[in-house]
Amino acid sequence: MSKKTVLMKGNEALAEAALIAGCRHYFAYPITPQNEIPAYMAKRMPELGGVFLQAESELAAINMVMGAAAGGARTMTSSSSPGMALKQEGISYISGAELPCVLVNVMRGGPGLGGIAGAQGDYFQATRGGGNGDYRNIVLAPGNAQELADFTVDAFDLADEYRIPVMILADGFLGQMSEAVVLPEPTGKTFEKDWALTGAKDRNKRLVASLRLAEGSLEAHNLHLQKKYDSITQALRRFETYKTDDADYVLVAYGTSARISRQAVDRLREAGVKAGLFRPTSLWPFPDKELHELARKAKRILTVEMSLGQMVEDVRLAVEGRCPVEFHGRAGGALPALDDVIETVMRFEREEVTHVHAS
Amino acid sequence: MKRGIPRIDAERCKGCGLCISVCPKTILSRSEDVNSQGAYYAFCHDENSCIGCNACALMCPDAAIEVHAPEEVA
Amino acid sequence: MYMRPESLENVRTHYCAGCGHGIIHKLLAECLDELEIRQNTILVAPVGCAVLAYKYINVDGLEAAHGRAPAVATGLKRARPENIVISYQGDGDLLAIGAGETLHTANRGENLTVIFVNNAIYGMTGGQMAPTTLEGQKTLTSPYGRNAAEVGFPIRACEMLDTLEAPAYIERTSVHNPGAVRKTKKAIRKALEYQISGAGYSFVEVLSMCPTNWGVDPVTGASWVKDAMIPWFPLKKFRDRPAENAEKEAS
Repeated sequence: MSKKTVLMKGNEALAEAALIAGCRHYFAYPITPQNEIPAYMAKRMPELGGVFLQAESELAAINMVMGAAAGGARTMTSSSSPGMALKQEGISYISGAELPCVLVNVMRGGPGLGGIAGAQGDYFQATRGGGNGDYRNIVLAPGNAQELADFTVDAFDLADEYRIPVMILADGFLGQMSEAVVLPEPTGKTFEKDWALTGAKDRNKRLVASLRLAEGSLEAHNLHLQKKYDSITQALRRFETYKTDDADYVLVAYGTSARISRQAVDRLREAGVKAGLFRPTSLWPFPDKELHELARKAKRILTVEMSLGQMVEDVRLAVEGRCPVEFHGRAGGALPALDDVIETVMRFEREEVTHVHAS
Repeated sequence: MKRGIPRIDAERCKGCGLCISVCPKTILSRSEDVNSQGAYYAFCHDENSCIGCNACALMCPDAAIEVHAPEEVA
Repeated sequence: MYMRPESLENVRTHYCAGCGHGIIHKLLAECLDELEIRQNTILVAPVGCAVLAYKYINVDGLEAAHGRAPAVATGLKRARPENIVISYQGDGDLLAIGAGETLHTANRGENLTVIFVNNAIYGMTGGQMAPTTLEGQKTLTSPYGRNAAEVGFPIRACEMLDTLEAPAYIERTSVHNPGAVRKTKKAIRKALEYQISGAGYSFVEVLSMCPTNWGVDPVTGASWVKDAMIPWFPLKKFRDRPAENAEKEAS
């Protein structure tokens, strides 16, 4: 099959990729800036014999996902920040019951109703989990429309492989931007779901639940989950580096912030400053070891976010004091300005020079 | 006349007494002693008078009562 | 003449003596046996006293978050239309924290069955006021009796759902005496038959006893259903679309 390049909005590329991955059950509630996804699904699902259902609430949508996942379906919901906040209860239950599903958060500014422009203020919510209990979700961070599509196809496989919710953490700018996309191919991977509820015909009954009352059983379940999370942490730390080999200054950013940071790296290099970009593409698990290695050689790290400092905590945990970790962020739907990022690194360079001269 | 023989599982019975209250022939009563769960279980003190109406079995929340036809038992 | 249904697990339940859940579980199991759908049924359990319902009935079980059973059941049924999906819920679950899901699942006419156990109180948490607690009824959180001026009147689920166009079947029954138990079984059976035939959303509300949290003995509890609950929650078949349609066709 010849690969065709199409011009698509990020949100639509993601939606089409979900269909390519075999998602035939999609439940969602309208919220900006991800409305292209439900609109796309509403049109395409009937053509494919799938189910698009506009739920009465975010709570209902995530719980419909839980029901469909329990039945063995590849299922997805999408929302944006305040809507994701509402889904947290369901995400906790789904995590406790170890059901696979794909969650999409096209982030906007907060807190509260906030605004509708893209932001990255839900890093904590996504990577720490906004629901109750000890659980983790895989969180993938695409940086363009192509990755919105590719990561989504991958997300369905990861969800099935590990029986875990996989979140695509995008932002309003990525979702709304039109870019050239080569639509991915289906991976063809299949997963046996010997836990799915299909009716107890010629077998013992199955139960999908998160309640564990027998003494010790809940701790045992938590330990089991932790073991799974540990193995994911080993296998899935994902990132991309750009000109980091000899970098004195390593910018760390994901999503839209990373696009700006990459430009900053190019401009800094033109000015003779050795800058590089470390872009995590999985936020949980966070690529901490790899960043730690870079920090051993770097003079400083600059974390750039569309928030007032969330991922920077993971960066500091990864760097473990190997070099100073600085932060530059804008919040509430504002974008980090390219010149500000460049100037911040230029200031580091001036300070380092002063520091060397003084010592 | 229709007949039946109530079979009450004393161990399953929680002693709620709903069966006793609905028996039209008032042939069910509560035990003097308790089962392993500490419940004063129901029992039939006059099987011959049972008319096999199933009222006791229908009301039992613990499915502790079956009503058998005499020929099933015999 | 009366045998334990096979679909009912041979275990002791955690329910208190005289609790209506046991009766309703038994009736559901009888219907699964009679309609021969046990192997095809998936039971969605609520949060509340019936949270462990899947332990007592020999079918696949799915546990939902509090109030979300109809949404979970919707997702499940949409993914597996060939299965029989039953959402079993209590009054707090169905009418308080999950009122939105209840309303919209009914409004969509999802082809599933909701069994609503109304005992006018929160049982699992020890006896708090429910959306169906009667006026003047004392609970842990209405210690002076439910004051309608302050917290509103008990909600009538069947009447509310009966305003919607989509539901196929809506009936309120009770389990306070053997005759009522028989009628409840008929209603549950009919609701399941309609799901099997694809008629759409079926809803059976069952008035039930919670003697422990009402602070009465089980026999008094059964009388209280009759004397206090039924006057506010009349036993009635509110909707039977398939039968109504068949009648229309015949005439």
